[in-house]
Amino acid sequence: MRIWLEKQRHLIDFTLASLARRKTKNIGLLVAYTLLVFVLASLTLFTNALRTEATFVLAGSPEVIVQRMVAGRHDLIPPGYLDKIGRIRGVQKMEGRLWGYYYDPVLNANYTFMARPAEEVASGTIMVGAALARERGLDAHNTISFRSYSGKLFTFEVASVLSPDSELLSADLILLSEEDFRSFFEYPAGHFTDIALSVANPQEVRNIAAKLSSALPDSRPILREEVLRTYQSVFDWREGIVLTVLAGAILAFAILAWEKASGLSAEEKREIGILKAIGWETGDVLRMKLWEGLLISLTAFLLGFIGAYVHVFHFGAAVFEPVLKGWAVLYPRFTLLPAIDGLQVATLFFFTVFPYTAAVLVPIWRAAITDPDAVMR
Amino acid sequence: MRRPSNVAFLLLATLFLAVVLIFAHSGQSTAAHTPRLLANRDLVVRLGLTDLALFTEARYTRHPSQADLHSALQDHPGAFDHFPTGSLLPPPALLKRPHANLAGKTTSPD
Repeated sequence: MRIWLEKQRHLIDFTLASLARRKTKNIGLLVAYTLLVFVLASLTLFTNALRTEATFVLAGSPEVIVQRMVAGRHDLIPPGYLDKIGRIRGVQKMEGRLWGYYYDPVLNANYTFMARPAEEVASGTIMVGAALARERGLDAHNTISFRSYSGKLFTFEVASVLSPDSELLSADLILLSEEDFRSFFEYPAGHFTDIALSVANPQEVRNIAAKLSSALPDSRPILREEVLRTYQSVFDWREGIVLTVLAGAILAFAILAWEKASGLSAEEKREIGILKAIGWETGDVLRMKLWEGLLISLTAFLLGFIGAYVHVFHFGAAVFEPVLKGWAVLYPRFTLLPAIDGLQVATLFFFTVFPYTAAVLVPIWRAAITDPDAVMR
Repeated sequence: MRRPSNVAFLLLATLFLAVVLIFAHSGQSTAAHTPRLLANRDLVVRLGLTDLALFTEARYTRHPSQADLHSALQDHPGAFDHFPTGSLLPPPALLKRPHANLAGKTTSPD
């Protein structure tokens, strides 16, 4: 065992000396390789962290949301719907929700207004999300005016700013009393935006949704599992878009790596010939090249992964921010839960380290089994 | 004697250690983040929230799970564009124009 280990160490010594002879080329390859792993790992870590966070917090969202559709568009819930839904067996609790959007020309941004009971938010006051407060320079006890869609000016006092820790959920949120909400948007009395339901038996959610659809054919029930699935697909989509953009770079690297790994330069061929001529066995040459592939790909993978972790969880994924930010003016500042999916890391490892190491071996094997004299010529 | 293989092993061992520390940090941070996550889930339960405020630019991006079923480019909750146009079109110039920060400078409430 000791002899075997010593032999491998000598092979590694020789490999490193051989790599050092082509320093610029190999450092260039290592940098390109590390960058590729860095980008792919950043993307994987970022989307996985967002997905984990969304799945955890949105597990508390209403079990069923009932919307009413008119001519294919979301419409207000008229009076009487709550009674009809209340008669469906299995519905444990229901609450008419009042929320809507407001475009603020000062910031060119959209806010989400949401009504809360009077005991939570007093009439004439609002609670605002931290991102909105930051952009509009608001603090508790400041006043702010909004011109409603009917042209009337409404002035509110900021009762409090929502916790910055909740920015991912409440960046653009404005909570106000039901009375203020109805007068600001001129909502007809007894109407709601939608209805949130909770179901006594979670196994029955689909049955309740089916009963809702038959009792109120113009309604559209949205289940919590659909909400969670939506967030899975949203991040898959964004991840996919970035991967599509990166496809060119990945392909370019694949060509570079293949070219480097599979095409032997005349110098390398001569080196193999000399090694064989002085008594190296084919197996030794293969082992030496295997070490070369492993050292380069392993170093690149580890460096890229460490860089990606620091980039995503300490620098807020600055490289991807423009892609994720989209057209949004109000963008939340958030720290993500540094969740790592071991399987994803293993997949990345497999698809970055193994192909390169394998690609190195084939041409070397071909060169190593030929006559040293022919290779050296 | 400083053999190249020793240097390589030392480098790889350091990088491996860093990766192990990353996994340890990730596990430890999960515990540290739990109160924040629980508080956020409570907020979701209390307000009946359905979506993240990550993309506030349009109705169907602010509340992708609640978006209109039949609005343009919207087939089911979470379905974005039929075509990747949304990713390729630049934002309107209006959205990119900086605005004057008048907070606290106006005489009437802003």
